[in-house]
Formats: sequence, structure tokens, C-alpha cells
Amino acid sequence: MSDTSLAHTPLYDLHVELGAKMVPFAGYAMPVQYAAGIIAEHLHTREKAGLFDVSHMGQVTIAGANAAEALEALVPGDIQALEQGRMRYTQFTTSSGGIIDDFMATRREGGLSVVLNASRKAVGLDVLRGGLTADCTVEHLEGRGLLALQGPMAVDVLSKLAPAAADLPFMAGADVEVGGIPVYASRSGYTGEDGYEISVAAEHAADLAQMLLDDDRVAPIGLGARDTLRLEAGLCLYGNDIDETTSPVEAGLLWSIGKRRRTEGGFPGDSVIQQQIADGPARRRVGIRPEGRAPARAHTVVNDEAGAQAGEITSGGFSPSLQAPIAMGYVRTGLAKAETKLSLDVRGKAVPAEVVKMPFVQKRYSGK
Amino acid sequence: MSNVKYSKDHEWIAMDGDVGTIGITEYAQEQLGDVVFVELPDVGREISKGDDFAVVESVKAASEIYAPVSGEIVEANEALNDNPALINESAMGDGWIVKVKLSDTGELDDLMDAGAYQEMLKELE
Repeated sequence: MSDTSLAHTPLYDLHVELGAKMVPFAGYAMPVQYAAGIIAEHLHTREKAGLFDVSHMGQVTIAGANAAEALEALVPGDIQALEQGRMRYTQFTTSSGGIIDDFMATRREGGLSVVLNASRKAVGLDVLRGGLTADCTVEHLEGRGLLALQGPMAVDVLSKLAPAAADLPFMAGADVEVGGIPVYASRSGYTGEDGYEISVAAEHAADLAQMLLDDDRVAPIGLGARDTLRLEAGLCLYGNDIDETTSPVEAGLLWSIGKRRRTEGGFPGDSVIQQQIADGPARRRVGIRPEGRAPARAHTVVNDEAGAQAGEITSGGFSPSLQAPIAMGYVRTGLAKAETKLSLDVRGKAVPAEVVKMPFVQKRYSGK
Repeated sequence: MSNVKYSKDHEWIAMDGDVGTIGITEYAQEQLGDVVFVELPDVGREISKGDDFAVVESVKAASEIYAPVSGEIVEANEALNDNPALINESAMGDGWIVKVKLSDTGELDDLMDAGAYQEMLKELE
């Protein structure tokens, strides 16, 4: 199954060696799972520590003394308030309040760094290059490695190789050495677990991965489990749960828009978003638990109890932790309260379901 | 298992008189990965060759299962309701999906024997 048109991350050979099932994803050949399988990999991450290759994502630096102020013209997040080495989740918005991409922004020496979704790299780079002021320099760190180490044992594992990593608060990053390899490690992730994302030069990426895998608490985890983990954590997947037609308010991401930005605006779509904050949005993203065992996948129609259409599932599948189907999607605001009864149209059958609070599985990282 | 035949959609059928036990092949379960749900057809339902009569859902996706032969469903593997992973553990054994009373055993001639199926798999690689 070799496809020469697909790009490889610096860990490609290691994935193949580890017996990964490689699939095309956002132009890359990526491991969807290893021999253990998605459920085992998922549970391993929740119990111990999982190592993910996320080198397909877009690592970008924005150099410039006014980088934070400049980025605020493109996002609703409070970037200027970020202290050195601190990071925050935000979104590029459209003039109508939709989401062009969602990402983490970190205050670094001399500017910022951001990590764009793999599927939105080109679009996001265009937004940055076209929208930042001339005193900012955008550099795409193409080919650089990005590893995620996630799970309750991730801190112990990394601290053994890089003692400084233990002192990093959640949502903070620093230059550290891991077994002699220079990296930029941040305490963050996409699984609902404590852990790190580790940016590393391409030529050291495989050595770093191998060093982490040598710890028997660490197993390699594919994109399949990455998806089930983030779904259990109630985190949005760009292209499924958020896109240019959904606003941060509808998506339940208002927590990522600070008070100053809500008041002052100054980002694309600010008037739409401010209006939604004032009036409440017409629809909201909610967590949904279908009854029984049948998963309700993305695009499943959601009806109210009376059978009138109420919205649509945007992500849905099977939760390995709960051993039950879980989903998220948008419903009319009147139906967004927890315990509201819904009916899902799964292959023509009405499956009873209920709105539930997210995350589906309790987050285990500390701090914010 | 010389009385086992295979379809190009990766189903197997093992004959006992005019009743065939149908499941998905080892190759198919490997491609699907962890199976988390199986939607079984009602016993008594008549199916025609090519009908989708069951759905096997893995963590990642739902896959329809197509009837390799025509006939009446005489039994569905209820054990899959509680333990859909039987398909991963024993695709050709305890993970069977339905038993069908064939209306035309001549349809079996259109299916592959083990050797021809293995040949087809080689071409897929």
C-alpha cells in the first residue's frame, strides 16, 4: 500500500517498523492504528501513556515585537495577555463569525508560535500571511517533528528524561533537552489527559520517539484512538464539529474568548459573535448519548421527541472507556439542556438519545 | 473446510445441507479493526443475493454486509449483541453472523473456493 503522492512525517519508517496500518490523511501517510488496535490503544492512553505522531500538523512561527497584537486582528482570543511560554486555544474567524481553523498559540521569545490543523495548513498560512501586519514574519516549520505524549504516566515518563518537564504548568511550554535532544515541550494535548506536545527537529524525531517508546509504560497510538480520545474529552475536530458555518459561540467555545475581546471586538465577525453572546445562539453543540450499542455517526439526523428535526450529529462513534456509543452535534438551543430527550435517525431506525454534559470522560489534567 | 465458499465482498458461507452459515473473512475483520456493534437481520427475513442484510460497525466506520446467496434467514448470531468482538476473535468460527436456508444452491457456483479467494487477496496487496 505505498502511495508516492503522500507526504511522510519524520516517523514514517518507525511507524512501518512498528507494524502500523498506514492510511492517507490530509496528504500524509499516517498510522491509523498499530497491531494492538484502536480500543487497546485508547485504553492504554487512559491508563498509562500513549505516543502520537502529529508531525502532519502545521507548526508556524510568527516573529515580530507586535505579533500578539497583530494576531488579535485575526482571532477572538486574548493573545496579548499571554505571558512568555504560555499558550491558549483560539480560532481564526470569518467575517460572518465562522471558524476557519482552531489552534493553540504560544508566546515565544520574539513572537508567537501556532500549530495549525493538518487539513487547514494552507488556508491558515494564507490567513496569517495576508492578515498580519508587515512587521510580522511568518515561517512554516515544514517537516519538523511534533510528538504528543499523553496519559496519566506521561509526566513521569518525560520527567525521567527531562526533569524540567515536571515543573511545566498546564498550557505552558519551554525549551528543554530530552535525553540530550533539544526540543520545545508544552504541557497540553488533545486527549483529555495530562501530557505534552513536543516539537523536535526532523533529524532527531525518530530518536526521540524511540527513546520514549523504550519506556515500557509508553505505547505508540494511531489516529484512530486519537479521534476516540478527543471525542470522549468533548473536544472539537475541525471539519466535523466546527467549520466556516459554525461560530465559536454555537460551538461552546466562548470560554476561549476573554472579557476584553468580547467587549472590544476587533476580530473578523466580531459583531456577529458579540450579538450571539448577547442574545444567545440559535443552536448549540452538545454531547449526546444514544441508547443501546449502535453508534450514531457524523451527519446522523437528530430529531426532538416529537420527531421534528432538531439538528445533526457532527462526530459520533464508540467510546472505549464507557463501552457505549457517544456523539456530539448541534441542536436548537431549546433542546441543549442536559437530560433533554432526543431521537436519532440511525439507518431509518429511531434511536432514543439524551443530551449529556461533556466531557464524556472526566479530564485529568490539572489547572487551565 | 472444503464446503466453505467465499464472495468477492469478503464473506464466507459454510454449507450444511441446504443451510449456509455466513460470516466475514479473517481479511475483512482485520481491515475493519475492533468491531463494536453488529446490526443483525430478523429471523424469517427473505434475502436476495447482493442485498445488504446486516451492518458491522468498527470503531471507525459502519460496513454493510451483502448476501452472497438468496434465501431465508433461519438464525442470527445473538451472541454478537453482547460481544461483537467475537468477529475479531473468531471471524470464521464463533463470529458467524447468520444462517440462511438457500433458495437456490446453484448460486454457490458463483462463489470462490479457498484457493481462488486467496488468489484474489494476493492481488489486493
